[in-house]
Amino acid sequence: MTIRKTLSTAVRALRRNITRSALTVLGIVIGIAAVIAMMEIGKGSSGSIAKTIASMGANNLLIFPGTAATGGVSFGGGSSLTLTAEDCDAILRECPAVAAAAPIVRARPQIIYQDKNWVPTFVYGSTPAYLEVRDWTQLAEGDIFTDADVRNASRVCVVGQTLVRELFGGENPVGKEIRVKNVAFTVVGVLAPKGANAFGMDQDDILLAPWTTIKYRVSGSSSGSSTASTSTTASSTTGNSADTTYPGAPSVFPAQSSTQSADAPMPVKFANVDQVIMSARSGTQIQPAIREVTSLLRERHRLRPGEPDDFSIRDMTESANALASTTNMMTNLLLAVALISLVVGGVGIMNIMLVSVTERTREIGLRMAVGARSRDILRQFLTEATLLCLVGGLLGLALGRGAAVMVQRFLKWPVESSVEAIVASIVVSAVVGIVFGFYPAWKASRLDPIEALRYE
Amino acid sequence: MTDPLIKLHDIRRTFHVGEISVHVLRGISLEIERGGYVALTGSSGSGKTTLMNLLGCLDRPTSGEYWLDGVEVSKMSSDARAMIRNKKIGFVFQNFNLLPRTTALEQVMMPLSYTNVGLSDREAKKRAVELLRMVGLGERMDHRPSQLSGGQQQRVAIARALINQPPVLFADEPTGNLDSHTTVEILEMFDRLNRQEGITIVLVTHDPNVAGHARRNIRMRDGLIEEDTVRKAAVPEPEKAQVGA
Ligand SMILES: Nc1ncnc2c1ncn2[C@@H]1O[C@H](COP(=O)(O)OP(=O)(O)OP(=O)(O)O)[C@@H](O)[C@H]1O
Ligand SMILES: [Mg+2]
Repeated sequence: MTIRKTLSTAVRALRRNITRSALTVLGIVIGIAAVIAMMEIGKGSSGSIAKTIASMGANNLLIFPGTAATGGVSFGGGSSLTLTAEDCDAILRECPAVAAAAPIVRARPQIIYQDKNWVPTFVYGSTPAYLEVRDWTQLAEGDIFTDADVRNASRVCVVGQTLVRELFGGENPVGKEIRVKNVAFTVVGVLAPKGANAFGMDQDDILLAPWTTIKYRVSGSSSGSSTASTSTTASSTTGNSADTTYPGAPSVFPAQSSTQSADAPMPVKFANVDQVIMSARSGTQIQPAIREVTSLLRERHRLRPGEPDDFSIRDMTESANALASTTNMMTNLLLAVALISLVVGGVGIMNIMLVSVTERTREIGLRMAVGARSRDILRQFLTEATLLCLVGGLLGLALGRGAAVMVQRFLKWPVESSVEAIVASIVVSAVVGIVFGFYPAWKASRLDPIEALRYE
Repeated sequence: MTDPLIKLHDIRRTFHVGEISVHVLRGISLEIERGGYVALTGSSGSGKTTLMNLLGCLDRPTSGEYWLDGVEVSKMSSDARAMIRNKKIGFVFQNFNLLPRTTALEQVMMPLSYTNVGLSDREAKKRAVELLRMVGLGERMDHRPSQLSGGQQQRVAIARALINQPPVLFADEPTGNLDSHTTVEILEMFDRLNRQEGITIVLVTHDPNVAGHARRNIRMRDGLIEEDTVRKAAVPEPEKAQVGA
């Protein structure tokens, strides 16, 4: 019996009882639809997380002054909060695993352009290398400020897309003058859009200027004393922006409650920075980079063996990866549930095929009487079950894709179709048909033609 | 002298029901010539259907030998017997045994799907159409069993039995479910097939009128042949030479 004939016989047999065939197939349809929808939604969210990680800067590392556990740690006498721009230069010079590094000084000032004002999420003082570290060197307009600007503490800056929208109403800001805490800055460039990071923060809500300018002109200009300047920049590190919002107001808490108070007597000439951002040469170079930087900074900070580090290094991708693995786990869990429903669908197929074999005993007997061998009967019923499952799989595929598209359209979830999932679901439904169709088909093929013909 | 189409030698068939052995056929020896027209009669339970199942290669004898068209088939595997059934034997049943919700044309073509030497679709259809015309159903090719009378259904079954041009047609009480008028129609068809196509026909019946159409009557009793008679001129002008045991 040729494959074509077997198929057309199976199609005819299934069409003879179309309602039942449709109901039988429903389990597979739902199972495959669930699998496909899960795969597409899961792949979409892990894809968007991967994209976010990349946008945050792949292989990025952050160095903070102070230990990782700032809470209960007492700083020994003479320990001081020192992370300097010179440290950053040294890292770049002496750590081969580090590709690029840039110091960061943070502030949270109000920005004014004509009659509009805005407080960006990120106001960073850094060097042109910052964009290199963040893999963000492509500018939408203009140019990044130069290393000379950093040396001269020039009043120039580049701005992110959100500022362009909020302050300039969409017009090209290059060459325009803005005021940052009453210091006039010239906009020299506009950054390319970057989107939200893994924690939902708008990375385009940024103003980037030479770190010297931010440190000595912006942060310093709010009050004359160097103490206030370090306090301002340092407190923004901890995220407590109360005293940057009202720079002139006295601090609510006594100075010693924050770790930064430890360096209150530090003179400004050390050029402390709030953090250093750097990028390892590749994903595998992250750990070597951490080792090299740690030993270099311990040496530079003259820490004796046994003394704790006076800085901490944070791997940027760590938390993002944790997020991704949570999403993956949820996807796998839902996928398992979907696969279980597929098995239930398969049992349904088996059940109906058994009923069908019993019901068609006379037909089987007749087919045998006119020359069908047991393997012909086996093949016929196996083909019917597999065909049912395949049709169910295709319907499920369409339904699942439809569901994924709906989710994307109405819930705005990221969705990504995957060829693997489509191929896998077709294969799986065929396998379900063969596995669960085999027993009924085998039973049919074992019938004795005389008994089968006599069956009422 | 050519071989007989069918030759049985001391065929026995014993069924085992629990502890008891039921000896249904107790030594049947028989020859049927090519082109023969044989009616098998006998009281209920005498073993007619059992013998027909053996003749039709649906069953195997407990002992004895069976040559069909010169080939000993009683020891064949079930696959080999399936092939014999497909190529050499046509079956007609008392209850027609048509596939539900299937057109007459498809019913007739169905056995071809189990034939190894594939006919092209067009040839297969042509042959099925010819057969349906021959049994007088040229206008009803697309009818399903529920749209056909009993006699018409039996004619579809006859067309189906002939699709592979078998030398012999076995019919177990083919008119058992039909009224006398339709019975005559079906029997006339058998007569014509036997006379014009030279097809050997073996039928089982309880009806003496039906048996009267055959040229040879075999009466069974308790698993043995009780009487084997050759009737002369039962059918108007038989064209072939008389055949006998
Ligand atoms: N599979 C079987 N198992 C046990 N006994 C059987 C089996 N098949 C037939 N018999 C017995 O064999 C005997 C003959 O049965 P068979 O069907 O051949 O009779 P028959 O001549 O065709 O009768 P009828 O004219 O009523 O159709 C019966 O007594 C029956 O009970
Ligand atoms: Mg009988």
